[in-house]
Amino acid sequence: MVVDGHTSPAPDRLWRNPEPKSNYDVVIVGAGGHGLATAYYLARNHGVTDIAVLERGWLAGGNMARNTTIIRSNYLLDASAALYDHALRLWEELPEELDHEFHFSQCGVLNLAHTEQEARDARRRAFANELNGVDAEWLTPDEIAEVCPILDTSPRLRYPVIGATYQRRAGVAKHDHVAWALARKCDEMGVDLIQNCEVTGFVTAGDRVTGVHTSRGTIGAGRVGLAAAGRTSVLTDTLGISLPLQSHPLQAMASEILEPVHPCVVMSNHVHVYTSQAHKGELVLGAGIDTHNGYAQRGSVHVVENQLAAAVELFPIFGRAHLLRTWAGTVDVTPDASPIIGPTPYGNLFVNCGWGTGGFKATPGAGWVFAHTIATGAPHPLNEPYGMERFTSGALIDEHGAAAVAH
Amino acid sequence: MLLIRCPWCGDRDEVEFRYGGQADVAYPTDPHELDDAEWGNFLFVRANPMGALTERWVHTAGCRRWFSVVRDTATNEMTPDIPRRRESR
Repeated sequence: MVVDGHTSPAPDRLWRNPEPKSNYDVVIVGAGGHGLATAYYLARNHGVTDIAVLERGWLAGGNMARNTTIIRSNYLLDASAALYDHALRLWEELPEELDHEFHFSQCGVLNLAHTEQEARDARRRAFANELNGVDAEWLTPDEIAEVCPILDTSPRLRYPVIGATYQRRAGVAKHDHVAWALARKCDEMGVDLIQNCEVTGFVTAGDRVTGVHTSRGTIGAGRVGLAAAGRTSVLTDTLGISLPLQSHPLQAMASEILEPVHPCVVMSNHVHVYTSQAHKGELVLGAGIDTHNGYAQRGSVHVVENQLAAAVELFPIFGRAHLLRTWAGTVDVTPDASPIIGPTPYGNLFVNCGWGTGGFKATPGAGWVFAHTIATGAPHPLNEPYGMERFTSGALIDEHGAAAVAH
Repeated sequence: MLLIRCPWCGDRDEVEFRYGGQADVAYPTDPHELDDAEWGNFLFVRANPMGALTERWVHTAGCRRWFSVVRDTATNEMTPDIPRRRESR
């Protein structure tokens, strides 16, 4: 960088870029939010620091770079509320703890109801949230208009807004900065963050994994944790572990940078769009997956059109905004729309996957319980219900439809 | 937008179709023989390859018939599932 004719020194790096060692106590596959948070809590809570986080691309360049940054914990079921609210409580601590600005903003989330049945379901969810210690309120259209004046709460809509749940503690955070804040702390504690290092398979000895094959050679591992999101199946297939995952494109989009107009997060299941305004000023929109399986990190235009139609109907002023970018990530969806976090048939291999469309909000919570699972070999009480054995026992955590948003 | 070749109607936009997931998932010949793990596997586990996947589509806004194609899930390149259709005849 040239300033005033002088060459200034390069800025300080947030983390080293070390060469991989030949062996680590713990290898984590995937340096997205979940992988980084897992390494962070392994070091912070369990004193494990001989860790490599291996990333096939660049740090936090997968779904961590592509999500809509929404954080909330207003899930219906007990196991979900406990897990996601634990994550939200960690989000509330992290700005101070990580000492790196990531614009965590508890601007609140409105989950709109457009039909009588949806209103009944939403109120049931709000009552369940209260019983689980998760803050929740039911708002009438007039109260909604006070929270979010740009939302059309008039009866003229095809699907009028007849009420909404409101979680005040919910909000957004700047996703890239979250990853960088975690990466910086991991690095400080001695964790090796290794980019451009794709894991292509495993070294096994009986029912144990002893290392990983990577694009940068074989790396030995005492324990291995997968935090590879949409590509988890590609890895577990090499071990003959069949996980109930389907990888789908999930799209999101952003407008140009605008003055602050949108004070909170708004989610609508029925017309199916969710919206917020980024700290920098873009309107950020997203909704559901493309229905077909796919690893191409691109989706179809009609999905974008449907979301924009819903958004413009709900927010008439969005009609003047320009769509600047659309993009897609690859999300791994389970049959019950809840993640799989736990041990595998290989004694020292653990999976954190199946987060589908909702992984970002859980970043610190997932890291916390996955670190516990890796460090102790057994699940934390919060992720005990989330093992893959639930697809044999039938004890599903069925958040499809029960959650505040369709998947 | 995928361009999907319906075997009866020809090339049509993806919006005319609905997705049916993995093809050729046979109902167990004797369900009572299955233990919980096998039954869970049948109910919940489907192929999720990065590469060729034989899958079902239905032409809802056209002839309303189901058919199979082979699609590369990494590139979206689609080819007709001709060998498999012949086998099943």
